[in-house]
Amino acid sequence: MTEKDNYLAKILERKQPSDDGGFSEEGLERAKALISLYPKKRSALIPLCHLAQGEHGWLTERSMEEIAELLEISVAEVSGTASFYDMLHLEPVGNYVISVCTNIACMLGGAYELLESIEERLGISVGQTTLDMQFTLEEAECLGACDTAPCLQVNSRFFGNLDAVAFDKLVTDLASGALAGVVPPHGVLSRVQRVFSLMSGEQGEAAASNTDETLGQK
Amino acid sequence: MFNPTDPIVTKRMSFEDSYTLSRFLATGGYEGLKKALSMSREQVQEEVMKASLLGRGGAGFPAGRKWSMLRKAPTSYLVVNGDESEPATFKDHLLIEKDPHQLIEGTIIAAYALGVTQAFIFVRGEFALGFERLTAACNEAYAHNAVGKNIFGSDFSVDLVIHPGAGAYICGEETSLIESLEGKRGYPRIKPPYFPAVMGLYNEPTVVNNVETMSNLPWILQHGGDAFAALGQGSSTGTRLFALSGRVKRPGWYELEMSKTTFRDLIYDKNLGQGIIGDKKIKAFIPGGVSAPWFFEEHLDMGLDQDAVAKAGSMLGSGSVVVMDETTCVVRASWRITKFFHRESCGQCTPCREGSGWLEKILRRIEEGSGRIEDLDLLMDVCDSIAPGVSWPPQQTTICVLGPSIPSSIASAIRNCRDEFLEHIKLGHCPFEKDHILAGAHS
Ligand SMILES: Cc1cc2nc3c(=O)[nH]c(=O)nc-3n(C[C@H](O)[C@H](O)[C@H](O)COP(=O)(O)O)c2cc1C
Ligand code: SF4
Ligand code: FES
Repeated sequence: MTEKDNYLAKILERKQPSDDGGFSEEGLERAKALISLYPKKRSALIPLCHLAQGEHGWLTERSMEEIAELLEISVAEVSGTASFYDMLHLEPVGNYVISVCTNIACMLGGAYELLESIEERLGISVGQTTLDMQFTLEEAECLGACDTAPCLQVNSRFFGNLDAVAFDKLVTDLASGALAGVVPPHGVLSRVQRVFSLMSGEQGEAAASNTDETLGQK
Repeated sequence: MFNPTDPIVTKRMSFEDSYTLSRFLATGGYEGLKKALSMSREQVQEEVMKASLLGRGGAGFPAGRKWSMLRKAPTSYLVVNGDESEPATFKDHLLIEKDPHQLIEGTIIAAYALGVTQAFIFVRGEFALGFERLTAACNEAYAHNAVGKNIFGSDFSVDLVIHPGAGAYICGEETSLIESLEGKRGYPRIKPPYFPAVMGLYNEPTVVNNVETMSNLPWILQHGGDAFAALGQGSSTGTRLFALSGRVKRPGWYELEMSKTTFRDLIYDKNLGQGIIGDKKIKAFIPGGVSAPWFFEEHLDMGLDQDAVAKAGSMLGSGSVVVMDETTCVVRASWRITKFFHRESCGQCTPCREGSGWLEKILRRIEEGSGRIEDLDLLMDVCDSIAPGVSWPPQQTTICVLGPSIPSSIASAIRNCRDEFLEHIKLGHCPFEKDHILAGAHS
């Protein structure tokens, strides 16, 4: 298989996942728990999109259908809302989404020079995904870490004060799995689960422990 | 200058485990809330009124006054705005990630003062670690009985939901944030009638306050509104968290007493910004986020004071200061800011949606060396179509204030650095190094 065939096969695999692309059983439970937190169901739309994206890396059609069913709205309302937001992907993306900030503070710190070297290192332009489906490159607006300019995020985790050499090391570490504990797969917003709720009247077993190692970094 | 060893909102930041409940409790955590619960609602409101705590989200409206407008109508919801995405602003990010319990404590104090039983904290989606820590802290706070039913044995109960955003600057605008929280596209609502205080979340009266505003409340309750008001000067009371970035040696966040510190101190003091990289000369600086008109050398000795900055024709806004030095190309800087607005305009209003695009294109062609002499008038003309008169504060013809903010940087750059624009046009290229990058163009 050529590299390109391989790429197309991977895209296809993500577009038509073997598990139909809907919520897992656990995901469905969590989706219902999230909905119960809100006075009106539809408010859970974005949390549910994050949850679905956490399972597949992007918003599959099946998961949007399921979200629509859960919230009792149309699929068009789900996709029409999701398409407004930069973080929600309506197409498959690479395992690592790299978002490079080029806004004012980062630009003054050399963000465009950094972006150029990143494009060269990955062999893709902004908006593209590498053929091995590992990296997707985005140009981001201010990420709120301007004191570490120029900075970027990988799956919503921050890396700052970067230059071409530091980025090269970052890519090597990501590819080798050395950063697996720091940069989780896509679903970065859904790892800590809410365990208490006043609305549903029940108190959870015990608070999810804050000693969760992943929260200790940075 | 404010003694940095005595901060109000950043006192735990030096601890590795600043975000844990144990550290929080060991450093006076939840004492402000206990105090509040021992007082009546009105008394708590009164303390905040006395503190004359200005909102820290950008508009600077006093929190106590905002709350008092709702005295008659029972408030239904409290929504805390943690969407922080104004370029060069990174203070709420810090407060959420490093001291989530302080934010929760402030939120519950406000909920008590307002008598709401449902509060939300909206966290910008990109702050993934902050969101997770805040969610974990919320679980801990429930277990500790600082949130939930009969808080600390009182008869006050409130539920708190930590809600994620999903990447859209406009959701920082309070009515857009409300739409987003209702599970919709973040389109700002028309005011009137959709003032949050009247028709907010689910069309019920709603108070929206910023993360830093909330984070000040535990201290105010513990030490009293008067102690807070004793810091600073005039209407700018207390301390404020300033975010310094750009061409300075030591960019970062600094909690400083309002008014008493000047821009010069912030940028040059050896304990603060430490001056400009390579000891270059300053060319311009942004005093309060990219929506603010720029300041120049002559403004350096002004205090970090909301009224003084407003009088001089700009705003302290989100408290973010960006420094540009003599090596910075102002055309490029104003182009990048405009590009941001163009990308983040929600598209509902023609002047904002179209105007931002035209400005971006014209600035880009000047930077790339294809500008024409008429372009300067053309830029001002488009600015005028977005915000008639191009004055400060700008006139608004759009649904929200994003539109009229677009001309601010361009107008101040053209008015004060006209020669630099002309030089680009005459030379047919950018007189600074690095301009080739723009030609490669990632837009
Ligand atoms: C385009 C736009 C973006 C805004 N972004 C934010 C933001 O990120 N965070 C914030 O607290 N306020 C933001 N605001 C201000 C809010 O609308 C609102 O005034 C503020 O949250 C009120 O809180 P405060 O009174 O405590 O300052 C923004 C306003 C506009 C027009
Ligand atoms: S001014 Fe711009 S951002 Fe605001 S509502 Fe109109 S189009 Fe949207
Ligand atoms: S400008 Fe890049 S993080 Fe703020």
